[in-house]
Amino acid sequence: MSSISAPEIRKEFIKSKVGLVGIGILSCLIILSAVSAITIPIDTFKQWNNPGSWISYPKTSVPVWINYFVSEKIPEHLILDNPVTITKDDTISLTSNQFGMQYYYDDFPSDFIYEFNVEYSGSHLLQISVIRPDQSEILLLSKTLPYSDTTVMHNERIFSTDNNIKKNIQIYFSEMELYNKNMSSEDMIFANIDGKVLKGDYLFLVNIYGANEKVSVIDSKLIVGGKAYGMMGTDELRRDLIVGLLWGTPLALFIGIAVAVGSVISGLIYGVYSGFKGKKTDEVMMRFNDVIYALPALPFLIILAVTISNSIFLLVGFLMIFGWVGIAKVSRSMALQIKTRQYVEASQMMGQKNSKIVFKHMIPQLLPYAFASIAISVPAAITTEAGLSFLGLGDPTFPTWGQILHDANTYGAAARGLWWWIAPPGIMIAITGLAFVFIGNALDAIVNPKLKK
Amino acid sequence: MFAVLMITLLLTIALVGSNMDIILKQGVVYQVRAEITENPAIAESFATVEEFEQFIQTQIDERIKTLGLDNPWYSPQRIGLTMYKILILDFGNATFLTSDSGSSNVGDILLEKIPRTVLLFTTATIIISIIGIFLGALAGSKVGSVIDRITSTFAVVSSSFPVWWIGMLMIFLFAFTYHIFPARATPSILPTEPEYIFALLYHMALPLITIVMIGFGAWAYLVRNFMVGTLQEDFIIAKKAIGISKKKIIYKHALKNAAPPIVTILALSLSGSLGGAIITEAVFDWPGMGRLYFEAISVMDLPIIIGATYVLTVLFLISILVADVLYGYFDPRVKT
Repeated sequence: MSSISAPEIRKEFIKSKVGLVGIGILSCLIILSAVSAITIPIDTFKQWNNPGSWISYPKTSVPVWINYFVSEKIPEHLILDNPVTITKDDTISLTSNQFGMQYYYDDFPSDFIYEFNVEYSGSHLLQISVIRPDQSEILLLSKTLPYSDTTVMHNERIFSTDNNIKKNIQIYFSEMELYNKNMSSEDMIFANIDGKVLKGDYLFLVNIYGANEKVSVIDSKLIVGGKAYGMMGTDELRRDLIVGLLWGTPLALFIGIAVAVGSVISGLIYGVYSGFKGKKTDEVMMRFNDVIYALPALPFLIILAVTISNSIFLLVGFLMIFGWVGIAKVSRSMALQIKTRQYVEASQMMGQKNSKIVFKHMIPQLLPYAFASIAISVPAAITTEAGLSFLGLGDPTFPTWGQILHDANTYGAAARGLWWWIAPPGIMIAITGLAFVFIGNALDAIVNPKLKK
Repeated sequence: MFAVLMITLLLTIALVGSNMDIILKQGVVYQVRAEITENPAIAESFATVEEFEQFIQTQIDERIKTLGLDNPWYSPQRIGLTMYKILILDFGNATFLTSDSGSSNVGDILLEKIPRTVLLFTTATIIISIIGIFLGALAGSKVGSVIDRITSTFAVVSSSFPVWWIGMLMIFLFAFTYHIFPARATPSILPTEPEYIFALLYHMALPLITIVMIGFGAWAYLVRNFMVGTLQEDFIIAKKAIGISKKKIIYKHALKNAAPPIVTILALSLSGSLGGAIITEAVFDWPGMGRLYFEAISVMDLPIIIGATYVLTVLFLISILVADVLYGYFDPRVKT
């Protein structure tokens, strides 16, 4: 323990490669949190545990980038919600939504769903047809929307398993003598003469005709089901894992840093004060310290989380309860050394207040050590929180990486080979931990020159 | 030491006490109603529904009184009674969980689970410390060499992975992709059969490998740091000058001098691993203390929670004591 000035530490730190790598990773993580906080709306994230909001996503689909590594291209799950809209006003008005897509995968889509939300009055006719890469046009569905005198909102989902679609496809393909009853509607649409996938550009047309009355399309969405979606795939509950992973970053950083800073500062003040006061006070404070030290931490954390609350902020507090003990012990022994220095004795003789001596003369001496301890205790806090979440004791309103892993475990991801559900959260935990371990080790080597070898 | 134990118990009781009361009271209500449904004659002997309900209520109240539940859980008699019972190792009966042999006595359940946890984690800790001490001694004697750098890097990297996550990956790889080890660590045959012990050992392999893999890096790093310190001492340099072989110096003299802190940490990590077993056992489905604890908490089986916390704390305190004694044995200077 020695007093090193801040510029010295900075100078030494820049020399340490490990420390710089740590800072590098940490800044990447901070940028990542900022980006995710800006690009992914908080509402999406808040809906994490609400299955209803993930309904248009696919179940347990692999990440999209897998297609770069495999020869058989896995069909991507396409959510087309930005159609080209054409409106014509004549005696018969026409609102047409066109969904174009490039289908170059080696397997058929699992299904398709057309979801729409319209506002109209009177009588309207809805027609769905598809133009295939070979320029053939197939009418899939033709149906009237329920008649209404007043303006009504109409919300409907049309599935590819719809019987009318099946009939229309049967009529179309029977004419060409290509109809195969064992194939489902979506397979027929995307198949060529040999029954393989017909690759190319498809155009789905949704036309709504009305006599005089106009129709306004509020929402129109075509979902073509596939087995690959998003950067990180989706889980059993159809959630887009990238959302959870990205939002987990600021949460993990918050938990780790808050716990580390809180416990190191309280431990530091506790230890220094105890060492400074000495005698009876020291004895009592250190016994109390021993008691907390002897408590089995994880069982108690579990009991606390179960009986009191699993709110993330309280959890941070609980983790602090068990975090400050070691720091207090070390800083007490350091304080015992500093106490004997002459300037402390001098200021005592001058009649300065105890609190002033502790905060002005003793704690600043220990700050380098405190910084190193903060960095070193962050990973433990993050892994402990992840562990508690993994046991299902996490805060459901804030999905952390541990909770993703908890869900993965409950749905048997390991048994089903869903590696994209298991690996990324753990890697993120490890990377975050590593960043702080690197920084902490570099700082530690500067503060404790004995270790440098 | 004893005071610490008592405080731990008090805290546990304080935390779970109110829930315990609610559960026990519900249990009484349920019991009374069940008895009445079994015996329809009681219900028939009442003229009105109100009278009948009142009868049930008085029955419930009476039983609550005889059980002492009318006092709140924080009343001195009840806490005193609970503490006394625990001290004489009478943990009572579990509310929901039972041992494999069907007994619901907390003592029986704990006795059945403790050996398994000790088996897994003690074996793991011993393997870890042996690998760690030799690797650490090797790395510490050649500071800056390739082996030293690899050890240090591995220590840092492995310590930032959660053991249970590595466990999930290991299950994924070795149990489901390559089918080498079973995925669940609970053997499928009954504990009474003679092959049980082999089945248990086979099922133990995967968790054991995982724990060792994650654990030994940090150990080696620790030992290395102590070794580096010891190897700079004058007596080692003197021995080198005399011409004693390097191997002998490292393993006989230096390691002996680095022993006190290493032994202390060994004792602490043994007991620490028991507490940390909760998550690892949950992942591997290992039928030990950790999983019992987790199951007890998820169904709020309070006698088990209290019993298990007590046992864990006792083990932890014993190991602190043992560490202190061992430290004094290896390094007589601390004896005052």
